[in-house]
Amino acid sequence: MMSPAELLNARLQQRRALRSRSIKPWYRNGALMAGIVIVGALVLIAVLAPLLAPYDPIAQDLRNTLASPSAEHWLGTDKFGRDILSRLIWGAQVDLRVGFLAVLIPFVFGSVLGAIAGYFGGWLDTILMRIVDVFFAFPFYVMVIVLVFIFGSGEASIYLAIAAVSWVSYAKIVRGEVLVAKKQDYVTAARLGGMSHGRILVKHIGPNVLSQAIIYGMSDIVMDIMAIVTLGYLGLGIAPPTAEWGSMINDGQEFITTQWQQATIPGLMVVVASLGLSFLGDGLSDLLSPERRK
Amino acid sequence: MTDPLLSVRSLSIGVTRGSTDPTLIVEDVSFDISKGERFGIVGESGSGKSLTLRAIGDLLPRGVEVLAGSIRYNGTELVGMPRSSRRKLMGPEIAMIFQEPMTALNPVVRVGEQIAEGPRRYLGMTRAESMARAIEMMAKTGIPDPVRRARAYPHELSGGLRQRIMIAMALSCDPRLLLCDEPTTALDVTVQHQVLRLLEDLCDDSGAALAFVTHDLAVVNQTCTDLAVMYSGHIVESGTVREVLSDPRHPYTQGLLDSAPDFDRPERPLIPIPGFPPNVASRPSGCPFAPRCPFVVEACRTAMPPMVTVAPGHGAACIEADRISRELVAR
Amino acid sequence: MIDRLKFIPARLVQSLPVALGVTLIVFLMAHLLPGNAALALLGERATDASVAALTEQLGLNRPIWEQYFIFLTRLLQGDLGQSLTYQLPVTDLVFQAIPVTMSVLGYALTLALLISIPLAALAAFRPGGARDLGVRTYTLLGQGMPQFWVGIMLILLLGVNLRIFPVGGYGTTMVDHLYFLFLPSLTLAIAMCPTIIRSLRSSMIDVLGSDYVGTAKSKGAYGVALLRDHVLRNAAIPTVSVIGVNLGYLVGGSLVIEQVFALPGLGSLMINAIFARDFPTIQGVTLFVALFVVVVGILTDVVYTMLDPRVDFASKDQT
Repeated sequence: MMSPAELLNARLQQRRALRSRSIKPWYRNGALMAGIVIVGALVLIAVLAPLLAPYDPIAQDLRNTLASPSAEHWLGTDKFGRDILSRLIWGAQVDLRVGFLAVLIPFVFGSVLGAIAGYFGGWLDTILMRIVDVFFAFPFYVMVIVLVFIFGSGEASIYLAIAAVSWVSYAKIVRGEVLVAKKQDYVTAARLGGMSHGRILVKHIGPNVLSQAIIYGMSDIVMDIMAIVTLGYLGLGIAPPTAEWGSMINDGQEFITTQWQQATIPGLMVVVASLGLSFLGDGLSDLLSPERRK
Repeated sequence: MTDPLLSVRSLSIGVTRGSTDPTLIVEDVSFDISKGERFGIVGESGSGKSLTLRAIGDLLPRGVEVLAGSIRYNGTELVGMPRSSRRKLMGPEIAMIFQEPMTALNPVVRVGEQIAEGPRRYLGMTRAESMARAIEMMAKTGIPDPVRRARAYPHELSGGLRQRIMIAMALSCDPRLLLCDEPTTALDVTVQHQVLRLLEDLCDDSGAALAFVTHDLAVVNQTCTDLAVMYSGHIVESGTVREVLSDPRHPYTQGLLDSAPDFDRPERPLIPIPGFPPNVASRPSGCPFAPRCPFVVEACRTAMPPMVTVAPGHGAACIEADRISRELVAR
Repeated sequence: MIDRLKFIPARLVQSLPVALGVTLIVFLMAHLLPGNAALALLGERATDASVAALTEQLGLNRPIWEQYFIFLTRLLQGDLGQSLTYQLPVTDLVFQAIPVTMSVLGYALTLALLISIPLAALAAFRPGGARDLGVRTYTLLGQGMPQFWVGIMLILLLGVNLRIFPVGGYGTTMVDHLYFLFLPSLTLAIAMCPTIIRSLRSSMIDVLGSDYVGTAKSKGAYGVALLRDHVLRNAAIPTVSVIGVNLGYLVGGSLVIEQVFALPGLGSLMINAIFARDFPTIQGVTLFVALFVVVVGILTDVVYTMLDPRVDFASKDQT
């Protein structure tokens, strides 16, 4: 028996849930729109970098190093006389590309493994989850740094390193979702109706489970961008002289007392990018699984 | 007659969150409780009875507020009083017992300490003294082996024991008014009876007045001296328990009586009230019971009927109160 | 209480397979190096003799299971091998660096709790209000800031412009440590806070709406007393596991932050080892950090049990 206060609370929650549910058209979803605008703008900058950047991002001008912001160089120049604004724009291309591409392998690999483990269960599941536990013991940055060292420098080794670390999260999420989905009546019904395991996984469980993996993927892109920028800062990432925000921060740190903008602005770009992706992730999760939002 | 201990006048409570124009849940409710009285508030879920009780204790849920009216305790106006001074009344003056003893006790604090909290705050007791007080209160509420039980966590006790802990807690500072929100609903029938007896005895001993919210007329009949029947946010009938239950004048009170089993006349068929209570957000104008009322006349639908005195100390908010009495006799 | 902590031995045994898995992965790292590991480590211009010597030192010429067995036996004796650059036992290097890293971590966790608890309470008391909005904006921004960059910004603001705190080094005395480690710890704390605040805020909102907080109010508790006696401990329970799960990630972050502030901790040890291609040291640090995360997992369960009397790992294991 519910007391009226409880009843009222429940009713209020219901109404709130109804309001936030996707009855509201997607373009009225504030977080989603903010995410689309910010991420869209960044992607546009990245794609149009050759047109937008006023200078060649790696062209040195040793007669004009460490210049303060001016009409020619809006954000000044670095210690090799390279235009910081141009490097910032080209950096968007590198960081976003690596960030987006880095999620693909672990997304596919981890999701498939997680789905198989969750759906079939048994010893397969036990072994896989033990492996996942082991991988979770290694801190993200430590593992990525060590693996990049092992695989050697270059973009490909960054993808490999990130994939080797972050597949476990997808496996865990997807496995959990599959375990829940598997118990739903419609799955039992499909099984009794003679549908094969593969078809059930693809047709009935996949779509529900995938939306959770996609939502996690958005926050994973943020984490990957952080990893690339951190690697760049440590001098282990994309090799110089390629423009990349992390290595720009490293270059600028030396001159923090005189040219504060050199280290500050690339960091702000990272903040803007991850803010946009967070909004996009929140918005997507509103859109894809409204009933889970509080 | 002396001043009442608690005097509620024209109290209105509504949901204020999320809208510019608040939805009224309790409207124009007035009643008095004198010292040592046992006052029952009866109604279905959603009738506003619990919110009325919570308003007295300043325990309304977030987003629900007292919109108008007055609550005077011992001559002092409570509505609009600063929260800090109002909270100081809670414990030594007014105490509350909740419906669900499982969720109403803090799961991570030993029950003895939860009882001792009030005495330590108000009676200026040390930790050891307040624990002794807690154990004393537990013994008073009939908890066996209170010294050991005081060290238990709520999840280690049965529902009946937990509700006894709640009672011990509420009475630990000798309040003068005890608010009870369906204190026995969550318990087994046999335990229900014991807990009610215990409440009555303890209130008699300490002279505390009781405000008792329930949906169960039988409980009110057993425990209370006076009652008010609430329907959809309004008090529709009030008076002494004996008067109202023997001569109900509001069709809703009648409906409640007809739909509840009567142990004196087990052969009487149970007659449910047709229809459902109105949604708080879309209450009809006029008497809220009109759509379900067998005696409805046109005037019922235009304005809320005023409370009329049908006998000394017995009021009913019904235009047809006199006719209903005659119909009842005729039946 | 003691009874309920009886699960610890069983929990330790349960962690053994994971710990063993960790050692296996760390061991296998050497074999992931492309081609001959010794050659890969020494570089193209290494002499055949030095390659042979390193191959022998790393035991690379034996069958792989035998190598792992030797690796494990040595590990149990506390032998992680010789550092290639310092010519010192890796164990010694790691143990020298541990106090620095652990101090920063503990200090940061303390600061993070000091910042998070009031902020979360401020947000939770009126969800949707202006303060809540402010706190949530901070958590959103805080998650998007690279940790090392936050460190640089703090150096810029508090170290360079205001000259309040030293921007690098470690000091020698205890008071010195607290002073020198403030900025790095604050940096790490700022990275920890968003996660803690998020979890604490939402559990506080739940707790504040609970029946037992209503009971506490009916006993006259309000404000700080209500928060301290009835909200915080209950809200802390889910947050403890959130911190436990994320501590590993944060340890990783702290290693990078050490580099920003030139602290002689595990992070600097590892990064320097990477540039020096000092593989035994890299392995040693990785292994230690991973085993630390496993231990943190156990500690989290202990704290959880102490906070929540309803949890009983001990009896769950028996059934």
